[in-house]
Amino acid sequence: MSLPDAAGHYDIFGGKYVPEALYAALTQLEAEFDKAMGDAEFWRELDDLRRNYSGRPTPLTEAKRFAQHCGNAIVLLKREDLNHTGSHKINNVLGQALLTKRMGKTRVIAETGAGQHGVATATAAALLGLECRVYMGKVDTDRQALNVARMQLLGAEVIAVESGSQTLKDAMNDAMRDWVASVDDTHYLIGTVAGPHPFPKMVREFQRVISTEAKAQVQERFGRLPDAVTACVGGGSNAMGMFADFLDDPSVALYGFEAGGDGVETGRHASAIFGGSVGVLHGMRTYILQDADGQTLESHSISAGLDYPGVGPEHSWLAATGRAHYEPVTDAEAMEAFGLLTRTEGIMPAIESAHAAAGAIRLGKRLAQDDPDARPIIVICLSGRGDKDVDTAIRWFGIDGSVDDTVGGEQ
Amino acid sequence: MNEGISGKVLHRAADEGRKALVAYYPVGFPTVPGSLDVLRTLCGEGDAPGADLIEIGLPYSDPVMDGVVIQRAGTRALERGVRTRDVFTAVEAVAATGTVPVVMTYWNLVDRYGVEAFARDLAAAGGAGLITPDLVPDEASDWFAASDAHGLDRIFLVSPSSSDERIEQTAAACRGWLYATAVMGVTGTRSAASSAAPELLRRIRSLAPDTLVGVGLGISNGDQAAQVAQYADAAIVGSAFVKAMLAADDAGTPGDRGGVAAVLDDLVEGVRR
Repeated sequence: MSLPDAAGHYDIFGGKYVPEALYAALTQLEAEFDKAMGDAEFWRELDDLRRNYSGRPTPLTEAKRFAQHCGNAIVLLKREDLNHTGSHKINNVLGQALLTKRMGKTRVIAETGAGQHGVATATAAALLGLECRVYMGKVDTDRQALNVARMQLLGAEVIAVESGSQTLKDAMNDAMRDWVASVDDTHYLIGTVAGPHPFPKMVREFQRVISTEAKAQVQERFGRLPDAVTACVGGGSNAMGMFADFLDDPSVALYGFEAGGDGVETGRHASAIFGGSVGVLHGMRTYILQDADGQTLESHSISAGLDYPGVGPEHSWLAATGRAHYEPVTDAEAMEAFGLLTRTEGIMPAIESAHAAAGAIRLGKRLAQDDPDARPIIVICLSGRGDKDVDTAIRWFGIDGSVDDTVGGEQ
Repeated sequence: MNEGISGKVLHRAADEGRKALVAYYPVGFPTVPGSLDVLRTLCGEGDAPGADLIEIGLPYSDPVMDGVVIQRAGTRALERGVRTRDVFTAVEAVAATGTVPVVMTYWNLVDRYGVEAFARDLAAAGGAGLITPDLVPDEASDWFAASDAHGLDRIFLVSPSSSDERIEQTAAACRGWLYATAVMGVTGTRSAASSAAPELLRRIRSLAPDTLVGVGLGISNGDQAAQVAQYADAAIVGSAFVKAMLAADDAGTPGDRGGVAAVLDDLVEGVRR
């Protein structure tokens, strides 16, 4: 049986834990999505946008110099960073924005952490002539002023959320509150494979293109399937996209790398699967970070895009069944991989994606220990580019933007 | 509909030729003992009439159905250390006054406590049942079993956007009464009366004729309560009380319940017009 079931469950995970007020909208969305999936015209329109607007298919780049740090592995980068707006987020946004039009709605709202999903949503709204409002935690608007401005230039309205912990989870709460009041003309464009059904399934299907392309590209170039694929996991949309077409290929190991922050043992992390427990948050049953009473705990990660105390329910199910493996990667490991990939390949990853790169280093070394003669193929989902993270990198590496030397002056 | 425990309260008000007043207040704000005092005030001091049914809120970190007033009180209550178990203390305190208490809570707190254990402790404390703003009957199989085992009321919500089919199903799933949200939106006081509520009630009356219905969201004064009393069986008020206590807390007089008492008096009169 293919999952989720009709009510959106992946065994005990998923479902629709929502106010009744949203039920009708979720039902409408589900019907519209199912209809679109079987409609050649919808796919023609989406494929055209993917190809001629977003720039798909994205390349698969062999990272030979970086691979020297990954045991004996052949390392391939699925270049989602080369999408328009700089990350995989546009894949989902274009699909949902087209659905918004089909539902006859004129306005979209979105939550965003670092701003990648907010920028992608504002972009699609500009392209399709939709009104757009983005909710962003006050802590994040303060540290990502450039992305706030970017969204505003695209015509979106940005609302700083000052309730709760003032981060991504609270932005999601306020987007939900907006949606309860505005559902007649508004679509809530959730940015990841989380939330109530049908969002986890729908976002997976819009991100599936990542693994569909990657699988064909690896087979064409190497004549076989990869041995492992790796992706970072916050809510988990790029990982779900990277996993989707490999789920039925048991020889392909699936690795999700969660944000380990200062280390899971310190309590300052965002590893919902590795370091959390099962609960209900944002409309779904899944692994979450919670205290003894079930109050949501604040997550911590150097990467704003992974700084979320939950995870998509299908990842929880894949973890529980053992089909996919989830491990934490600390801030320090991620930043080391960020620097390494930048210097060895000339590709600066988003700090989110650097978690997947760090995981590949760890995995490659482990595989080399297990079998020194093997040359495993590892595909890293390079979900986004690092331009937005230069400020964070400057602080982390203790560089200050001053030059190394001067020339041509008076003395 | 099975009137359960809390439905009897609504019927009793009807026997007096009026509609019931349901008062919401969260445990733990301004403090746990302070909230018990507010809850007792809402039950009616001395011989003065108070609310007919008390809805005790359990603060939650991510309350998506609540507006800023209840969010703010909940955040402060959590910062000041309120725990899930405190809700049972509050239930006992209300029950001791002779007024019937129900609990309003987001589902994860019950889920985490253990649905069966929560039902057991709620019943033992004298609670009548649960209002569940983010649990629809479709996901509630554990709660059906536990509420049946412990004889507790199940109060689910319907909204103006609910389909006819869902109104029928949700009304059938309830025991006690049905919570109808007057507007598409979250909790909070509103100056204008809802135009959606009378239409929603008309639909409920025709789809589930024997259902007791309370109307909430946006009701804050006697005039609005009197208006709701024309078509519903109960008027539900929350943010207006919390707002009064936030003002007292901000003024440095968290024990001042004068504002709450004034709001209450107006509402008590409103449902008796």
